[in-house]
Amino acid sequence: MAKLYDIARVVRSKNSGPFTLTLDLLFEDEDCWRQVSNKLTKEMVASAYKVKPEDVLDIIAYKPALAVKINMRRRIPSGHPGDMDVYGAQQHIPLALIELDIDCTGGKL
Amino acid sequence: MKEEPDIIAVDAGSTDPGPYYLGSGKTLVPDSSVQRDLALLLKAQRKLGVPLVIGSAGGSGSKTHVDKTLDVLKRAAEHVGGQFRVKILYSDIEDGFFERILEEGRRTVDLGVGRSIREALRNPGIVVAQNGVEPVIEALKDNVDVVLAGRVVDIASFAALPWIQGFDKGLAVHMAKILECGAIAADPGSGADGLLGILRRDEFEVRPLNPERRTTVLSVAEHALYERSNPYKEVIPGGYADFRNATYEQVNTGVIVRGSRWVDAEKYMVKLEGSRPVGHRFVVIAGARDPLFISKITELFESTVKFVRDELGGNFTVYPRFYGWNGVLGSSEPMDKGHEVGVLFEVIAEDKNKAEAAAGLIRSTLLHMGWASRKTTAGNLAFPFSPSDIYAGLAYEWSLWHLVELEDPLETSKIDEVKLIG
Repeated sequence: MAKLYDIARVVRSKNSGPFTLTLDLLFEDEDCWRQVSNKLTKEMVASAYKVKPEDVLDIIAYKPALAVKINMRRRIPSGHPGDMDVYGAQQHIPLALIELDIDCTGGKL
Repeated sequence: MKEEPDIIAVDAGSTDPGPYYLGSGKTLVPDSSVQRDLALLLKAQRKLGVPLVIGSAGGSGSKTHVDKTLDVLKRAAEHVGGQFRVKILYSDIEDGFFERILEEGRRTVDLGVGRSIREALRNPGIVVAQNGVEPVIEALKDNVDVVLAGRVVDIASFAALPWIQGFDKGLAVHMAKILECGAIAADPGSGADGLLGILRRDEFEVRPLNPERRTTVLSVAEHALYERSNPYKEVIPGGYADFRNATYEQVNTGVIVRGSRWVDAEKYMVKLEGSRPVGHRFVVIAGARDPLFISKITELFESTVKFVRDELGGNFTVYPRFYGWNGVLGSSEPMDKGHEVGVLFEVIAEDKNKAEAAAGLIRSTLLHMGWASRKTTAGNLAFPFSPSDIYAGLAYEWSLWHLVELEDPLETSKIDEVKLIG
C-alpha cells in the first residue's frame, strides 16, 4: 500500500474557473505514474471527499508531465458566500491521504 | 530587448479571486504597481516600435476596469514622455444584446451557475464577454502603439499578431498559452518576469528572459496542467488548439514545441461573465478552547442560528468556518477536531442593519449559550477584537457564466477610435 502524499512529487489543488476544482498529482518516475493512473478511480476520490461519484468530473492521465489530473465540482463556487477556499489551493488533503494497493516508493528510498 | 520581438503582450486577467472584483469594479493589483509595470512596457514599446497589447485590463476587464487602467496608462505615459497611439477595446455588453439573444433563441450553455440564461439575466449585475482573438486583431489595425483590451481570453493578446501574419493557429495558441503566465512556465517558476516566444512555420520555441531561469520540457508540460481542467487542449471562441500530439524538445535554456493542431468549432461562442451583489457581509472571529464546547460546536452553532432566526426573522444567511477542525475542507475533512478551534462566521443580508443585528445576536448568544453539563458558564468564546463584528462590505456572486453563440466574433466588443495619450 502506498499513500499518495508519500509517493507523489507534487499534490496540489486550484480553481479551474469558479465552479471546478482541479487537482494534480505529479510523479518522479513513470512506473509510479502508470500504476496510479491505472488504479485511481472516481469512486475512490468521491469517497475521500465524501461527495457523490458524479461530482468527480474526470481523471486524466497526462504523460508529458507524469501527472494525474482530477477535476471535481466545487460545493460552493469560488468567492461566493460560504466558500472556504477562494483559490481552491488547499483542497488536496483528502486526495493526498488516499492509499493505493501499488508497489511504488515515489523514486525515494 | 535585444531579442527584438514583434509584439509585447500581457494578460492581466484573473477570475480566480472571485466575483467581487468584476461586480465592484475594484482592481486586484494596486495602481502604483500597475503604473510601474506599464511605464516599463511603454519604454520598451517606444524603443522597439512594436505594439503593446494588454488583455483583460484591471483583472476583470469591465469598462470600469479598462477606464481605470487607462488613467494609470496615461500617468505612465507622462512619466515615460512622448505620445502613444492607443486603441481601447471594451468587452461590456451593449444595450439590446440580451434581449436579442433571448428573442432569437441563441444557443447558450450554462457552465456552472445553475440557472438558465433567461433566469440569470433577470438580475445580471455587471457583465462582460470573454472575447476571443478576433476583436484584438481588429484593434491592432491602424498601426497603434498600444491596445488596451477589456475582458478577452488569456491567449488573445499573444495570439492576435501571429494569426494576422498567417501562422498556424494551433501553434500560435499553444505558444500563447505558455507565454500568458510569464515565467510561471519556467524553472524556477515565477510570475515576476516574462518569457520570449519565437514562432516559426511548423514549430515554436519558448525561452526565459531572466538568465537565472530555464524553460524545460517538464516545466512547459507541467504548465499545461496549471489552473485548467484539460492539459491536452485550449478552448477559445471559435475552436480549440489540440496539444495531444505535441512534442517537446530541449534546446539550451529553451523548449521547442511541434505538432499542436487547430480545430474549428461549429459555432462561434463566447463566455459571458456576470457578477452581482447578494448583500452586506459582517464577519465575526472568535476562538474556542473548552473541550466540551468544542465537542458540541456544530449543534450549538446551529441552535444559536435557529434562535436568532426566530428572534429577528429569516432574511439573512450565515456560514460558519471552524478552523482547527474543518474550516478549510468543510464536510470533506477526514480528521477530528483539535484542542482549540477558531470560530469564524459570516452573516449576509440585503439590509445592512439586519446583517449587523444578526451577527451581533449570534455572537452574544453563542458566547452565553448554555447546555447540560456545561462548565464554562461565564462565556464560551474568546474574542480577539473589540468590536468583534467586522463589516466587510458587499458580498458578490457569479450571476452569469454562460456560453452564448455570436453572429459575428466582434458582436460583444466595442473598439474606440485611436486615442493619443502622453
